Amino acid sequence: MTLARIVAKSLRQHALSTAVTSLSIALACALLMTVWSVKEQARATFTQVDAGFDAVLGARSSKLQLVLNAVFHLEASPANISSNDVAEIQRQPGVALAVPIAMGDNFRGFRIVGTTTNLFTDSEFAPGRRHRLASGRLFDPGRQEAIVGSFAARRLGLKYGDKFQPFHGINFDERHEHEEQYVVVGVLEPSNTPADRVLWIPLEGVQHMSGHAEETSSDVSAALVKLRLPMAGQSLDQIYNKKGDRLTFAWPIGATMADLFNRLAWLDRILALVAALVAIVAAGSILTSIYNSMNERRRQIAIMRALGARRTTIACTILIESMAIALLGSGIGYLFHGAMMQVAAWVIQHQTGVVLEVFAFHPVLVWAPLGMIGLSALAGIVPAIKAYQTDVAGNLAPLN
Amino acid sequence: MPLLEVAGLKKSFVAPDGLSHPVIDVPEFSLEKESQVALRGESGLGKTTFLHLIAGILKPDAGSIHLGGVNVSNLSESARDRLRSTRLGYIFQTFNLLPAFTCLENLLLAMSFGPGANRDRAQALLGRVGLSGRLHHYPRQLSTGQQQRVAVARALVNGPELVLADEPTGNLDHTNAVEVLRLIRETCAENKAALLLVSHDREALAGFETVIELSQINQVSVQGVSA
Repeated sequence: MTLARIVAKSLRQHALSTAVTSLSIALACALLMTVWSVKEQARATFTQVDAGFDAVLGARSSKLQLVLNAVFHLEASPANISSNDVAEIQRQPGVALAVPIAMGDNFRGFRIVGTTTNLFTDSEFAPGRRHRLASGRLFDPGRQEAIVGSFAARRLGLKYGDKFQPFHGINFDERHEHEEQYVVVGVLEPSNTPADRVLWIPLEGVQHMSGHAEETSSDVSAALVKLRLPMAGQSLDQIYNKKGDRLTFAWPIGATMADLFNRLAWLDRILALVAALVAIVAAGSILTSIYNSMNERRRQIAIMRALGARRTTIACTILIESMAIALLGSGIGYLFHGAMMQVAAWVIQHQTGVVLEVFAFHPVLVWAPLGMIGLSALAGIVPAIKAYQTDVAGNLAPLN
Repeated sequence: MPLLEVAGLKKSFVAPDGLSHPVIDVPEFSLEKESQVALRGESGLGKTTFLHLIAGILKPDAGSIHLGGVNVSNLSESARDRLRSTRLGYIFQTFNLLPAFTCLENLLLAMSFGPGANRDRAQALLGRVGLSGRLHHYPRQLSTGQQQRVAVARALVNGPELVLADEPTGNLDHTNAVEVLRLIRETCAENKAALLLVSHDREALAGFETVIELSQINQVSVQGVSA
């Protein structure tokens, strides 16, 4: 009979406390793994999402606000820029493509973005990947037609041929319905980017929507800019950000998002602290659970010692038991982690359109369980010492 | 050469009043190989302490205990553990079976501390004590008589030279007591193990050729009785 078998027996003998303690370890482990995975994946994903463009040109504001608004469709647009600004940057020798976008309307909470068909025909949202239609065709710039992102189509139940009336503003208010009626002529394939949450219509559609100011009807919200060479961004940065004071050139997009995460570094430290505390509390629960059971174990230990078990053998069984609880908890923790990641990914996709990989490998999936097992081994030391010191002769008689 | 030789053995305990109270003072005691000796004494006269000293569970204050030529009292704790798991078998009044382990597992566990688990030998011994149909029963599923039979098999499973039995019939009714005692003596003889059995029950010891009053060998008992 091996030590493992003795430990298994003991775990079964104390099934309730084993279950409760394992669950607390599982929750702690899952929390650690999920927090780290979401944090790291969010950072990696959000800094990589650039819709296939290098920069955003918009009204004077923070670069972050521009990027969040134009690329992630999250923030409000700071102000408009004129179509001349778009034409001017398009003429810059370092610019390969500048696609204007106009925002300000929604359909039941999903943003309506006016743009040109270049966005779908001339740009790649990821290397080698263009937006593709799952059904239908691209909109005709001269007509009230729309193509719908896959996620928005699914959530809104829109399909080819369906009609909808936009609502004014980026937040849904059913009192502010526009008169125009748009017909869905295409649904995009999922791209796992914020574009999936958008209803795309011709640029002119947003500019001339009923109720929008006629004097600014040639304005756009921003321009998505693709550079010929990365270094071209530096000269444009000089022109717009350092010398000019009317427009903001947010470049590079990934660095702008990385800056956001860097500013949130304090949150990382708090999360790390909370995670460490959760892990310590969970390990403490093992210590308490085993230590409290030592009284009832004394006779069992004395019997084993009388049968010839070494002190070290007894202490080892306690340590292994402690680690086994952590191992069991970590196993269950993976299941919890999977469930938590599903929820987190669902929430993030609903809020931003960005899709996290639920089962992507991250080193935390290894070091969190190992750390928990290590901490549990430490927690097992105190009861193991108590077991080691158990008086044999004094504990062989039954407990009354 | 005797299997067990005890000389000048002394053991005292510190009582709650802080004073040291002698419990064992055995100038001389010996046991031959494969012999069967009963020690009789009333409760509280140090019978269990004497067996614990022989088994190396307790360390004497003075004196020596030689088992098969090895001075038990000079051994390190781990060496005494090894001695118990290989050369000694112990039968307790309260059986001391581990409740989370089946009959078979109780024997295999004892073997794991000694020469290593041998399922065939464990099964054979349980069969010998009449429990071949109870191998996978837990102690709580057995009668007290059956539990003590498991304890007997466990004491013999590592092939010990000496079996120490501490009031093995103390918790059994008369019928079971007679049966268990017979079984202990037979199985010890079959396994060529000497038997040192202590009890307060004269009736239980009636079948032994050698019955020694503890008071004859323990000076503390003599003093206690005479007082």
